[in-house]
Amino acid sequence: MNCKVQIDKLNIHFGQTHAVKDVSMDIAANSVTAIIGPSGCGKSTVLRSINRMHDMTPSARVSGRIILDGSDIYDRSLDPVSIRRRVGMVFQKPNPFPAMSIYDNVIAGYKLNGLLVKKEADQIVESSLQRVALWDEVKDRLHRSAMDLSGGQQQRLCIARTIAVRPEVILMDEPASALDPLSTLKIEELVEELKEKYTIIIVTHNMQQAARVSDVTAFFYLGEMVEMGPTKKMFTTPEKKQTEDYITGRFG
Amino acid sequence: MVNSDKHRNGDALFKGIAQFFALSIIAILLLMTYRMVAESMPSIRAFGVSFISGSNWDAVQGQFAALPYLYGSVVSSLLALLLAAPLSLGCALFITELAPKRLGVAIATLVELLAAIPSVIYGLWGIMVMVPWLQSTVQPFLIEHFGFIPLFSGAPYGVSMLAAVFILMIMIIPIITSITKEVLLAVPQSQKEAALALGATRWEMIRIAVLPYGRSGMLGAVILGLGRAIGETMAVTMVIGNTPQISLSLLAPAYTMPSVIANEFAEASSKLHSAALMEIGLILLVVTLIVNSLARLLLWSVSRKLGGGAK
Repeated sequence: MNCKVQIDKLNIHFGQTHAVKDVSMDIAANSVTAIIGPSGCGKSTVLRSINRMHDMTPSARVSGRIILDGSDIYDRSLDPVSIRRRVGMVFQKPNPFPAMSIYDNVIAGYKLNGLLVKKEADQIVESSLQRVALWDEVKDRLHRSAMDLSGGQQQRLCIARTIAVRPEVILMDEPASALDPLSTLKIEELVEELKEKYTIIIVTHNMQQAARVSDVTAFFYLGEMVEMGPTKKMFTTPEKKQTEDYITGRFG
Repeated sequence: MVNSDKHRNGDALFKGIAQFFALSIIAILLLMTYRMVAESMPSIRAFGVSFISGSNWDAVQGQFAALPYLYGSVVSSLLALLLAAPLSLGCALFITELAPKRLGVAIATLVELLAAIPSVIYGLWGIMVMVPWLQSTVQPFLIEHFGFIPLFSGAPYGVSMLAAVFILMIMIIPIITSITKEVLLAVPQSQKEAALALGATRWEMIRIAVLPYGRSGMLGAVILGLGRAIGETMAVTMVIGNTPQISLSLLAPAYTMPSVIANEFAEASSKLHSAALMEIGLILLVVTLIVNSLARLLLWSVSRKLGGGAK
């Protein structure tokens, strides 16, 4: 297995709270890994540590190692900004930039350094929107506000914005939980396609979704990883009783 | 319930009282405007539009026109705003985004304390400390090196438009900073995280996520500052030199609308003179009302946007 992200004895504290306990996971390149578990189990916390999002929370303390292509992203010599360019993130609620047009939202990551000629920008916008199957819906109104789009379209725009900067890993934090069933389906199909180019880690509270989109599933409970394995096996013959109870809906 | 009638009466009474107070605010504003219009009628009849366009103010001859005061108020306030806005924005950004939490809170508190200092104290500081410094150091320097620009020509009087601009700048920084701070705090975390996840540095996050989101709110803050600057009387009166003239030079003394009212009202002997002062007050009232409504409207549009959620 070609290991893209290796999490090694990860512990995360918020003040006195020990939110994530001794979690170790190996995540293969070009696969979809789903993290499931009841609310408050630490699944989003783990996800957000993979692109150092906790750096912005003063009370958060992260220990252990997260190795991306052989180097520890928490190494002091590494700039979190350079990590986040390689590890993109899609959030629970669609969060396009409201003051920007659809077009500008897609290339927002490039606006940071400002180095983009118009022709190149056009190309990136078109190919990114094509990839998220939004191009046909918005190609005639690229310069209108992103807020005119529906929730599902906004979320696909956010995914387009993320892949436009060509990350290696995409983190998705319950990307469909605020969307209607049809939009959810579109996002799921998209995840399926995106794994050809990217390594995807998706947090979801929807078990059917995990079963549909992921290759590997990890089950979290109370800050610990209970079990991780091939999705098919996890949903049919899990090894741990807790996993089985959760998957069959006996708790959570 | 035995007491229910009593309770209901209490409610009705309370509602009535509250309503009376609320309506009395509107009544006060209307009555005030009415009185001001009535009192300034002699001047409005005598001078008409030329009151705003002319610049001759001569109490002995009975000639009154307000342009120099209008000019002084508008120019001093706008220039003060021009200087105060970027300073306040920087200050608010530091408090909300850059400073460690405790330091941010400390600075925010200090800034708000600045707003509580009575304006006469600012004026006193202005006339005892700032004006002599301007006269001995800043103005000679400006005249020597930039004197060829009309803006900085003339003699170093100390008291001047420049002095008023500086004092107003200091006085409006607190209000602009504290409102801008609130606007920036209202920017959702999800917007900032969206920028960070794209590999934005802190500054880039501020540029693409924080500032655009807070744009109209910050504009509201600035306009509120303008409203305050236009109405400021005491401190400006003490440092601007009180000379009704329109000069391009910032070093020349000038005069503002509130200052002339404060200075001349007690000694206005003729009816026309006091009517003219009243008309200046009326103009001031209208200008500040417009400016403040505009600011409220912009701030209101921000809170409405936030209330509406993502869509």
